[in-house]
Amino acid sequence: MTSAANTSGANTSVGLPASVDAMLELLTSRGYLAERSLATVTYLSLRMGRPLFLEGEAGVGKTEIAKVLSAALGRKLIRLQCYEGLDVSSAVYEWNSAAQMIAIRMAEAAGDTDRDQLSSDIFADRYMIKRPLLQALEPDVAGPPVLLIDELDRADEAFEAYLLEILSDFQVTIPEFGTVKAPSPPIVIITSNRTREIHDALKRRCLYHWVDYPAAERELAIVKTRVPGISAKLSQQVVRFVQALRNQDFYKSPGVAETIDWATALSELDARSLTPQVVGDTLGALLKYQDDITRMQGDTLQKVLKDATSEN
Amino acid sequence: MAINHLAPAQTEQFADNIVGFARALRSAGMPVGPGAVIDAMSALQVIDIGNRADVFTTLEAIFVKRHEHALIFKQAFNLFFRASEEWKHMLDSVPLPDQAKKKPQAGSRRVQEAMSQPRMTETPQHQEQDLRLSVSDREILQKKDFAQMSAAEISEALRAVERMHLPQAELLTRRHRPDARGLRLDLRRTLRASLRTGGDIIDIHRLGRIEKPAPIVALLDISGSMSEYTRLFLHFLHAIGDARKRVSVFLFGTRLTNVTRALRQRDPDEALASCSASVEDWAGGTRISASLHNFNKLWARRVLSQGAIVLLISDGLEREADSRLAFEMDRLHRSCRRLIWLNPLLRFGGFEAKAQGIKMMLPHVDEFRPVHNLSSIQELITTLSRPLPPHHRSLIRSAA
Repeated sequence: MTSAANTSGANTSVGLPASVDAMLELLTSRGYLAERSLATVTYLSLRMGRPLFLEGEAGVGKTEIAKVLSAALGRKLIRLQCYEGLDVSSAVYEWNSAAQMIAIRMAEAAGDTDRDQLSSDIFADRYMIKRPLLQALEPDVAGPPVLLIDELDRADEAFEAYLLEILSDFQVTIPEFGTVKAPSPPIVIITSNRTREIHDALKRRCLYHWVDYPAAERELAIVKTRVPGISAKLSQQVVRFVQALRNQDFYKSPGVAETIDWATALSELDARSLTPQVVGDTLGALLKYQDDITRMQGDTLQKVLKDATSEN
Repeated sequence: MAINHLAPAQTEQFADNIVGFARALRSAGMPVGPGAVIDAMSALQVIDIGNRADVFTTLEAIFVKRHEHALIFKQAFNLFFRASEEWKHMLDSVPLPDQAKKKPQAGSRRVQEAMSQPRMTETPQHQEQDLRLSVSDREILQKKDFAQMSAAEISEALRAVERMHLPQAELLTRRHRPDARGLRLDLRRTLRASLRTGGDIIDIHRLGRIEKPAPIVALLDISGSMSEYTRLFLHFLHAIGDARKRVSVFLFGTRLTNVTRALRQRDPDEALASCSASVEDWAGGTRISASLHNFNKLWARRVLSQGAIVLLISDGLEREADSRLAFEMDRLHRSCRRLIWLNPLLRFGGFEAKAQGIKMMLPHVDEFRPVHNLSSIQELITTLSRPLPPHHRSLIRSAA
């Protein structure tokens, strides 16, 4: 559900990039080959301290950029995976009721009857279970963390409304405890696959960017970076094949993540080039709907394959 | 070149440009608030404004909040800040839009119009007619086919549709709220209450699950053969949208149009007007198969993901009825909670599914109902509030 992970280079904090080019370089150094437009909005979101809202088809690298940013800047990555029914107790905080009850019993056994004292004791920091959003507001030695709110479209509208306060003031109010405000705002990346529309009020607080499928050239570079063992010929064929698939009228076109998966699979199988046999065996790495796979058999497959493997 | 290096007069000129640009976007139909203009100004201070592509991305990230607006934005940007060679002079003068020299792209006309003269739209004058029909008239009205109604009768029927109330409460969500009869223990509140008595638990607080109505997605056929019914159904959908919030409406003839936003306006006449303004193929032919394909591909994942009920309102008279139609119907059926086909042709007593299209579609619907008069719409509302099929029972509680 939720996880907070320390990245390996957590104590080597790096200063924020000073220009769009520096941003591009920073991402590239960690193996993320971004379009210039994506680097520009990321840079802007860091400079302006505004959340970055990334929308696009599944598998185009929206989540990945948060991971790369946290690694490259040496910041902690805090991830909140959204789902329908996500509420305050699993996103922000929860009281450890069992521990609180034990504390009450202990106080009773010790003959302690001061109610006010008791109440301030059991609503203290140590009985609070902090969930991702609260963790993200806490100061960190390496600098403000990267907060990834993943697939916000899966959460329901009520949760979205709750996020408004956090995203504009970077604070949460806890009735028993008071207001927790971040000393400096975290770097916030919000992703959505557009399974439903996110309310304009939330988008207004963010910088919005639509992440598209990469162009052939960039995708080729991505494959070469992410699948180092692959031959030049095969990687070129893979990218051409995938790009051709995206022009077909499929229910779900393959994303970059699928391209990488497929290239890895082919590379594991020691394939030298694409043949009908090997493509047929591994098509499941690219297409995830049976209808799409059925449509890809026969003539369509032959044609796409011929285009992808022809030398020019 | 950063903006703060400029002379004050130039900065002011620049600000004027951004304000003018924002205004142009606004009149092209994009929601651009004053906050965004301030954001744009501060964003442009941290990037190199000599780089056209970066300025484009920056302004796009701030002004565009929906993917659909990206095209309009691009056109507006190119028109407003002209071609790249003139880019250098962006700071010198407020550019005026000129006629596009290239072949116009989609959306360019809208932008050009928006940037030229501010058009005054005349507010339509509505003539209200108060028709006091007697009780017996009303009874006749309940059974009368929409296609045979006079103008006065239709306006009365419209009012009746607006008065219809849709029962709430169908889906149990995974969110909770305090509920004395709830099943889950609210430890937090129980503990807080116990502090009042020095730690003794006297009152147990409970939580119950929040209920909300299932979303409704309506696919309304607006082809010529349906024209007598279209307006009434739109009124009906507008009325349930008002009550339910989560209602998405798509119109289809030869192509599919999402009119959810247009229908969300409060006033039904305005809503219907803006609805018809966004549709290009009013009362034309029908391509059910192609429209369903578009819906399945582009919208199904976005509007059906939360267990929606689909209302397909069509007479099913499709010329190109082939296996594709059955395939798309099957896909639609599998991706929604319940598929209800509302067909005005069912009004005829001896109706038989003879048309090829109808035969293709029938096996894939959960329910097949008539909608041609007020009482059948009333029945539909009753159906929508009935308990849902057994395999979804765990999630659903019927309206009390």
